[in-house]
Amino acid sequence: MTASAAPVEPLLSIRDLEAHFQTQVGLVKAVDGVDIDIFPGECAGVVGESGSGKSVTFLSVLGLVRPPGWIAGGSIRFDGRELTALTRRELRRVRGKEIAMTFQDALTSLNPALTVGSQILEVLREHTPADGARPAEAQALEMLSLVGIPEPAIRMRQYPHEFSGGMRQRIMIAIALACRPKLLIADEPTSALDVTIQAQVLDLLMALRHRLGMTVVLITHDLGLVAEYCTRVIVMYAGQVVEQGPTRSVIDDPAHPYTRGLIGSIPRLSRLGEKIRPIEGQVPELVRLADECRFRARCPVAEARCGARIPMSDLGGGREARCVRPGGRR
Amino acid sequence: MRLGFVVERLLQLVPVLLGVSLVVFLMITLTPGDPVEIMLGNERATPEQAESLRREMGLDLPPHERFVKFVRNALTGNFGRSFFHRRPVAEVIAERLPATMELTIVSMLIALALSIPLGVLAAVKRGSILDRIATVASLIGVSMPGFWLGIMLILLFAVHLGWMPVSGRVDFSHEVPRITGMILLDSLIQGRVDTFLDALHHIIMPAVTLGLAMAALLMRVTRASMIEVLQQDYILFAEAKGLGRARLLMRHALKNALIPTVTVAALETGYLLGGNTIVETVFGWPGLARVIVEGIFSRDYPLVQAGVLVIAVIYVSVNFLADVLYTLLNPRVKL
Ligand SMILES: Nc1ncnc2c1ncn2[C@@H]1O[C@H](COP(=O)(O)OP(=O)(O)OP(=O)(O)O)[C@@H](O)[C@H]1O
Ligand SMILES: [Mg+2]
Repeated sequence: MTASAAPVEPLLSIRDLEAHFQTQVGLVKAVDGVDIDIFPGECAGVVGESGSGKSVTFLSVLGLVRPPGWIAGGSIRFDGRELTALTRRELRRVRGKEIAMTFQDALTSLNPALTVGSQILEVLREHTPADGARPAEAQALEMLSLVGIPEPAIRMRQYPHEFSGGMRQRIMIAIALACRPKLLIADEPTSALDVTIQAQVLDLLMALRHRLGMTVVLITHDLGLVAEYCTRVIVMYAGQVVEQGPTRSVIDDPAHPYTRGLIGSIPRLSRLGEKIRPIEGQVPELVRLADECRFRARCPVAEARCGARIPMSDLGGGREARCVRPGGRR
Repeated sequence: MRLGFVVERLLQLVPVLLGVSLVVFLMITLTPGDPVEIMLGNERATPEQAESLRREMGLDLPPHERFVKFVRNALTGNFGRSFFHRRPVAEVIAERLPATMELTIVSMLIALALSIPLGVLAAVKRGSILDRIATVASLIGVSMPGFWLGIMLILLFAVHLGWMPVSGRVDFSHEVPRITGMILLDSLIQGRVDTFLDALHHIIMPAVTLGLAMAALLMRVTRASMIEVLQQDYILFAEAKGLGRARLLMRHALKNALIPTVTVAALETGYLLGGNTIVETVFGWPGLARVIVEGIFSRDYPLVQAGVLVIAVIYVSVNFLADVLYTLLNPRVKL
């Protein structure tokens, strides 16, 4: 946080999170010492290449890391409670009710054998007491029209395959938001959609965020989307957070060479006339990582000091980076 | 469902039945043995008597004419008279078919009651001791020959322990008037608890013999599809909605996971309805398969031909029903 602003309690606070997978090649530390704060009302973007641990980090928040994976350590505080200490039953009451999550592909995320209506009704019934003021049907109808499904009463009786990709994504959002959660984790909500539909869905999401007073975490590969929709950005690389800060200032003056590489590889963000350069090399195997900067092998400015464990440095202005010379500064 | 689909399926039946009839006809015609000789047996019959019997049974005609005559009669629902039973073939089959149907239904109930819970449990507790035991057991079940299991059951429970009857459907003392021909059902309709229990007692061992093999197969199918379904995104999304474990398994997973199970079970039912020769023979079960086998030995051509034809019709119809069932379970498929 900036020094001038009054300190705001984060809604979600992840500390030293470790999530591991036991695989045939060995222990994969998919999330390795992640610290992330999400503040009430903000829309935070989480970016990073495929396999950087974005999904696993936020699945951990809901306790949904499945075998062969598990949460190996760390703390997740949400709205004054420690989520890692909750019983299964208590955690279930958080899922869908206080924290909701949507996934990349709505076609595979909606149950093909159940009608859309029953899939939205069941989450309402699960979390609202039986004597709820309004019947679940009315709430479901309202939610579906809120996300822009025409003729919701008819559409409720249809199956997911009877909808277009964009409509399915809207339905998934309607289900996620049905119980008015405080926090929505949108894991690549638009990667499966074409560009025009992408913008429609994200604009809808932002409109709903304001209307329902929700906090949103937008997980994406696309730094361009973050620049457009998020006030703050968190950059992940190989299971760690490597940089975070206000979106504008991170994009204008990236501190970590990986962030610089990401920006350079996106045409919309690189400066006019500059050549687009994809980042050379690949994300390292997350097995038996040495105690060194994980980006070292691909870093154009790596030096001897990068061979040690790199802590996060506070750069002021709410910015942090995990680099020995952030922004090329000494 | 489109009417066109139904018509299409019915039309497919024509070449199937014609083909089956021809194959069966060729096989019995080419098998050595003369029904007339078998029927006359040791009786000292004159050649004239034999000749008149041959004419009476239509065996004096050349083979191709016999086949055409059979098809023509079959089309009008006339399957002729059984040489051996000396009654209309249709009557003999109608008497035996319910026994096979009853055995099929009970076997399938046993198979489903065992395989679905076990398959689901093995999938949910994948890799656990329980899963491994179930997997090994199903492997044994699939590879164990039915006659061997049947004989072992008889030796242990009927001969050695004396708990179970050795063969048959019901004791003479408990027989009830026939309504559907399925004794379990008939005794219930007529309120005869004693007959019901006795029939149940008789059907257990043959039904277990058939049911276990089926259960082994269905459990493997259920386990595999359940494992696959549990890894799907929609299960994760349902879990992220805060649904409980029971709801997740019963509603979200099972409904999808049972699609292959039900399909295989329906096909297996069609197969079972044809009667299982070995089990019906081992347990002295007076079903369709056994009467056909007896027909083959006595060269009872009309009975064998009609019996096989009935099996083919049943098999094709059950296949059709399996397709219908599949679409009911799977809203993505439209017929
Ligand atoms: N089921 C699993 N089994 C083994 N390893 C896994 C599993 N799920 C995730 N991982 C490991 O965790 C790492 C991070 O995965 P994660 O899904 O969080 O990446 P991501 O940043 O969301 O990538 P993407 O952009 O492709 O969604 C993967 O590279 C992989 O090594
Ligand atoms: Mg992901």
